[in-house]
Amino acid sequence: MPAVGNSVARKDGIGKANGSARYADDLTFPGMIHGRTIRSTIPRGRVKSIRFDFDTAGFTIVDYRDIIGRNSVDLIEKDQPFLVEQEVRHVAEAILLLAHEDRERLNAAHVEIEYEEEKPLFDPEQSSEIFKKIDIMKGDPASALATADLVVEGTYRTGHQEHVYIEPNGVIAIPEEVEGQKGVAIFGSVQCPFYVIKALRCLLGAHPPIRVIQTETGGGFGGKEEYPSMIAGHAALLALKSGRPVKIIYDRTEDMVATTKRHPAIVRHRTGVMRDGRIVAMDIDVLMDGGAYVTLSPVVLSRGCIHAAGPYRCDNVNIRGRTVFTNTPPNGAFRGFGAPQTEFAVEVQIERVAEALGIDSVELRRINALRRGDTTATGQTLREDTSALMVLEEAVRRTDFLRKRERYKGTNRALGLSLFYHGAGFTGSGELHLKSKARLELTPTGVRIATGSTEIGQGTRTTHAQIVSDSLGIPYEDVEVAQPDTARVADSGPTVASRTCMVVGKILENCAHEMKERLNGLSPADFYARNGAFSVEQMYEPPDWIKWDDAAYRGDAYATYGWGCDVVEIEVDPDTFEVRPLKLTAVQEFGRPIHPALAKGQIEGGTAQGLGYALLERVVMRNGAMANSQLTNYTIPTTLDMPELDVVMMENPYPGGPFGAKGLGELPMDGPAPAIVNALRYMGLDVREIPATPELIASCTAAA
Amino acid sequence: MKFVLNGATTDVKAHPMARLLDVLREERGLTGTKEGCGEGECGACTVLVNGEPVCSCLIPVSQVQGADVVTIEGLGDDHPLQRLFMNEVGAQCGICTPGMIMAAIALGPSPTLDDVKIALAGNLCRCTGYSAIYRAVLKWRAMPDANVAASATR
Repeated sequence: MPAVGNSVARKDGIGKANGSARYADDLTFPGMIHGRTIRSTIPRGRVKSIRFDFDTAGFTIVDYRDIIGRNSVDLIEKDQPFLVEQEVRHVAEAILLLAHEDRERLNAAHVEIEYEEEKPLFDPEQSSEIFKKIDIMKGDPASALATADLVVEGTYRTGHQEHVYIEPNGVIAIPEEVEGQKGVAIFGSVQCPFYVIKALRCLLGAHPPIRVIQTETGGGFGGKEEYPSMIAGHAALLALKSGRPVKIIYDRTEDMVATTKRHPAIVRHRTGVMRDGRIVAMDIDVLMDGGAYVTLSPVVLSRGCIHAAGPYRCDNVNIRGRTVFTNTPPNGAFRGFGAPQTEFAVEVQIERVAEALGIDSVELRRINALRRGDTTATGQTLREDTSALMVLEEAVRRTDFLRKRERYKGTNRALGLSLFYHGAGFTGSGELHLKSKARLELTPTGVRIATGSTEIGQGTRTTHAQIVSDSLGIPYEDVEVAQPDTARVADSGPTVASRTCMVVGKILENCAHEMKERLNGLSPADFYARNGAFSVEQMYEPPDWIKWDDAAYRGDAYATYGWGCDVVEIEVDPDTFEVRPLKLTAVQEFGRPIHPALAKGQIEGGTAQGLGYALLERVVMRNGAMANSQLTNYTIPTTLDMPELDVVMMENPYPGGPFGAKGLGELPMDGPAPAIVNALRYMGLDVREIPATPELIASCTAAA
Repeated sequence: MKFVLNGATTDVKAHPMARLLDVLREERGLTGTKEGCGEGECGACTVLVNGEPVCSCLIPVSQVQGADVVTIEGLGDDHPLQRLFMNEVGAQCGICTPGMIMAAIALGPSPTLDDVKIALAGNLCRCTGYSAIYRAVLKWRAMPDANVAASATR
């Protein structure tokens, strides 16, 4: 039986279920002490004075003057400091670090900081500091808008979203001597161990030996992509100064207030259509609130803009995007990476265009859905692996959408639909620049996968082992997966962008083919017994047809796309406007599932996050800080909030992926919010913003 | 302070107001019980006290004096429900899983889907959307020896 395509026993083993799996906070090391971060309490200003209102004996205290290298988190830019020197740009910015062996004394220590406050900027529309601008131009949208039969305009808003991985961020830094050189080892809950290496090299200078070991990670969703570099830097500084292992584990409130969130966005559409339903022009303006530092905002904006026209054909498109500074904690990576914001906007806009034309919105989507041979906004010609119509028709058929929608008219129930797509892997030439590597090592009993790709719940270990097993023609049980330790594994690039199965899996497939040739018919064990160990390392080669112009934002944005159509059935309380999703049908095409049960889990879990985004998850910002920074008042879906889920996995193999697989992780996040809001529209509720809380819906009806 | 922990009488030295969660994790080394929020909202720290699921982050250890406390470790290393959580992908990242299992293990026989949802309503999972968790729990409860395995933890 092949491993691929079957829901084989996962490589995680039983440890996650019996409590033996070790997460960062479960680890202790001899002599370990605890670290704590002292943070700014104002959104903008300067530090005037710092006073310690406690007996500092026995404490390790670190400020920016303890930094040997450069006080910058090295990401896209180097603008964000590990520790404030003087200027404060947001609430919860790290200023000082304390460590002590007694956690109670540590937490009781009071530091008084005096500031010179300045007027903060919170409104992104008022911000003149632009982190990144994007302008995508196709055809002549101005002329097309002028000659269109009808132009529909609309503004759509999406709020922050907090990741709520159930394991808060945390790392342990351990002073480590390698060949006489003092360095540091980081054990932590991280998605991208090599990002941490890059950041620490900048912080600590080029010399100290540094390694990063990923511990079992209790959820990521993008929230442990870039921020762990900051925490690791803090722990490393404390460990190097104290000479002892230092553990920093955030509590929930600290995690929610200080770490990244999904970028809030304002998206404006002007769509030109003809009476027959053809979309002839799309003019789209995207604004994202980046927060106080650049972090990943330019690439979040990029993905958001590329997806902003939705899965629709249109010859004349202009998408202008900008992400700007505000005095709020930096926003960052979150599953979907800009696309959930812009796809929400375009899907509600499509619904409104249909309303304006008097055409059924399913029919409007049929007319305009991208087909093979069509070009996207960036001018990419789509190939065989284009499935917009396939998922749309299946979702409509399966839910009896058209008839049921009619039947619900005038009741407190409604159906809503969304059509969406998601590019897999890094954008444009990103994968080419990444030069990701993967390694396969022969062991006495089989092979070992040695990559930096992290298991964060999505099934990296399992799907990679399945791909290697079938490519090499050896039993799945004979494939083991090394724990990511940057000193011992190949840098396979970050575990982000729905790339781990598709891109890293592909390198592993190639490694397995090379290894198979070298084994020359022998089993790994036999070969090892006769000739000893060897390993195979390869680098990713993106498909040669990918052409991308980063300056003009033109070309093949992604090697392939996943496609989805969600249909949600809701019930609305006519008095309180509370929305209750009853059933959600998610029809999604992502090439081919390597492990059907894990793939289904990605769709179900991503759909749940999308429903939370649509209805429940409202981040309340007060004076530049998250005011509802507890799970008591920031609510994610519970068992009682979730509707019945009907998941349909359709296949349309991508020739460039291992066994036809495309990326999947982010796709399910794009669909639920517009489906929910479109259902509300059928009830006459003109909602153009998420989360669609009862208060928001009530205000929409009041305005109407 | 004495109580029964996973079937054996234990005597702990902690301050009476120490959180049961900290006593379990730090004094007893039972790190299978997780902290997700520290305020009883997420359920990652769920243990059984006299057979009832409770959030161990909310109760001082003095409150379990003389009581019967069962943690995930008390179910052994290979309980059928643990295996089903892995096989059905009811566990993805796994951080909510021990608490989820401790909440589910207290379910009565032959639960309906709604019974399962209500029993697990205090346990947050951010990975699965819960469907796979229902599949695991319902399959476990449909197993012939499930009742035996459950009663052994009481």
